[in-house]
Amino acid sequence: MTALKKPDTARPPLLETRDLLIKFGGVTAANNVTMQIEAGKNLAIIGPNGAGKTTFLNICTGWLKPHKGKVFLEGKDITPLPPRKIVRRGVARAFQIPQLFTEHTALENLLISAAAREGLRNPLQNLHTISQRDEMMHLLDLVHCTDVADRVVVELSEGQRKLIDIAVALALKPRLLLMDEPTSGVASSQKHEVMEILVGALSEAGVTSVFVEHDMGIVERHADEVAVWNAGNVQLRGTPREILEHPDVIRDVIGEEVA
Amino acid sequence: MSDLSQNSSSRGAVNSGSMPSMRALLTLLAVLLLAAVPFIVPSMQLLINLALAKGLAVLGVTVLLRAGQVSFGHALFFGISAYAGAFLTASLPGADIILVLIAGVLGAAISGLLVGLFVVRYRGIFFGMLNLAFSMIFWSILEKFYHITGGADGIRLTRPSVLGMALERDSFEAVVFYLSVVLMVGLGWFTLRWFASPVGQIFQTIKTNETRLEYLGLSPKRALLSGYLLSAMLCGVGGSLMAMTQGVVTPEYVWWVRSAEMVFIAVLGGAGSVRGAFIGALIYEIVRVYASAFAGDIWQLLLGSFLLVIILFAPGGIMGIVDGLMGRVSRKQHATAPEDAR
Ligand SMILES: Nc1ncnc2c1ncn2[C@@H]1O[C@H](COP(=O)(O)OP(=O)(O)O)[C@@H](O)[C@H]1O
Ligand SMILES: [Mg+2]
Repeated sequence: MTALKKPDTARPPLLETRDLLIKFGGVTAANNVTMQIEAGKNLAIIGPNGAGKTTFLNICTGWLKPHKGKVFLEGKDITPLPPRKIVRRGVARAFQIPQLFTEHTALENLLISAAAREGLRNPLQNLHTISQRDEMMHLLDLVHCTDVADRVVVELSEGQRKLIDIAVALALKPRLLLMDEPTSGVASSQKHEVMEILVGALSEAGVTSVFVEHDMGIVERHADEVAVWNAGNVQLRGTPREILEHPDVIRDVIGEEVA
Repeated sequence: MSDLSQNSSSRGAVNSGSMPSMRALLTLLAVLLLAAVPFIVPSMQLLINLALAKGLAVLGVTVLLRAGQVSFGHALFFGISAYAGAFLTASLPGADIILVLIAGVLGAAISGLLVGLFVVRYRGIFFGMLNLAFSMIFWSILEKFYHITGGADGIRLTRPSVLGMALERDSFEAVVFYLSVVLMVGLGWFTLRWFASPVGQIFQTIKTNETRLEYLGLSPKRALLSGYLLSAMLCGVGGSLMAMTQGVVTPEYVWWVRSAEMVFIAVLGGAGSVRGAFIGALIYEIVRVYASAFAGDIWQLLLGSFLLVIILFAPGGIMGIVDGLMGRVSRKQHATAPEDAR
């Protein structure tokens, strides 16, 4: 794929967290997480269920406030901001459980996303006639959902909803896209193809991505870097090859996947 | 709470399917029929006028149903607008009818903004009851400060002028009647367009997913507030027309029964349907007046049973039934339109 550039030390990382701590009762879901996410890369997060991967995304996007620690976007402290303000600074998110407008069609979900991005206000304009419609149809095409464009979301399969959720996030034209298990629920025959196209589109658009993934085949193929989560913290970080061949990972993570 | 709005599909407004021409035709016929009322059945003019005023207020409640929210206090904006008009004509006798309307809607908008800023933080039962609470507070203020508000007797809204002319009662009633018809058409059209617009669609997503809304970079509270303001202003238009029709404004305008009546009519007509708001209001008023001519409290029995039947067997309300019938007709015409049957 693309040649990895050396991180520019003068510029702060795109996203950085320092010592994030959050506890739910007795569970420490984030245990002093310090991470740096460089622009232009695809970072995969792997780790067993309950390791705190989703919690990390929740804190980074302002949905959860850490008890300790801070989140920086290009060096600016965004810890106190609500999700919508972080989104407006270029961070979009696709969810583990798709978050869609279930009474709207797939296409309308994207059109609403485009309308939000553009701040469309004209009360007399029909949502379906906005000039971003072709762009949104193209996004639906990207995630292989053109045929269900006019279907109401409740009628769609789990896999289709996951893909549309990603398209809705992409429609915001983010700088950073966070995806929580993007291919879970997507048919395994489709998984690789969709990921291929998605990652291609992301790098073309210059979008940095972070994706939580359980499928090691996908991690190996599409991640530039891998972070291994365990018990609320980053246990290891490295290239896919380094990580997937690491004995701890083979024992703790991959072993579990196979089981 | 959201049960009440289960049929307020945000879908229909955007894609009207293959029915628009037939719908538009029926709507046009109905409007023409209404406009002819003063000529055909002059005895019904006043009744229809009151129904249209109520219908505009019901339209306000309908807007909120589209976001899955029910307000049990929207008579507040109905009443505030009516009192604003009455105060205006008291201090400025013979003020123009449009000025009275503007003063009323302005009053409804300002109070809608103030109450809205507070209630948009709540959903469901809390949203409904907080609205009720605000209307009750305003009601007791109207009752208590009788030296200003006239207490339970209310205050008169002296007849406004029209384009600088002081009209006789009959002519003035005709003006208010046609003004009501024009506002019904204009605001009904606007509300339909608004529902289908980006802002209106974003407002309606409150019903299904506020998390996604937030993650689109939007504030769910602000989205709800936009529709809340529209709904308050629509209630204001209704209240102003009602006050000018009746010539007197009493605390009964904001009484909680009136708020409940608006919700009742909205569900009767078809929760979330713009046309349903007016059809519901017309049927409601006609049944109420004509049935009570027969026997004391029979209209409550009739309308209560009617609502029961609607909720049990036709949760789409009267407009749902109409759409169902039209859908059946259009399906016979073009067998290949599965989308439209919805
Ligand atoms: N909002 C919450 N309230 C209570 N417990 C939570 C909450 N979110 C996560 N947890 C707990 O924190 C731990 C980490 O969860 P999560 O981040 O979802 O893990 P992962 O995404 O890696 O599977 C789990 O034990 C989970 O039960
Ligand atoms: Mg998770």
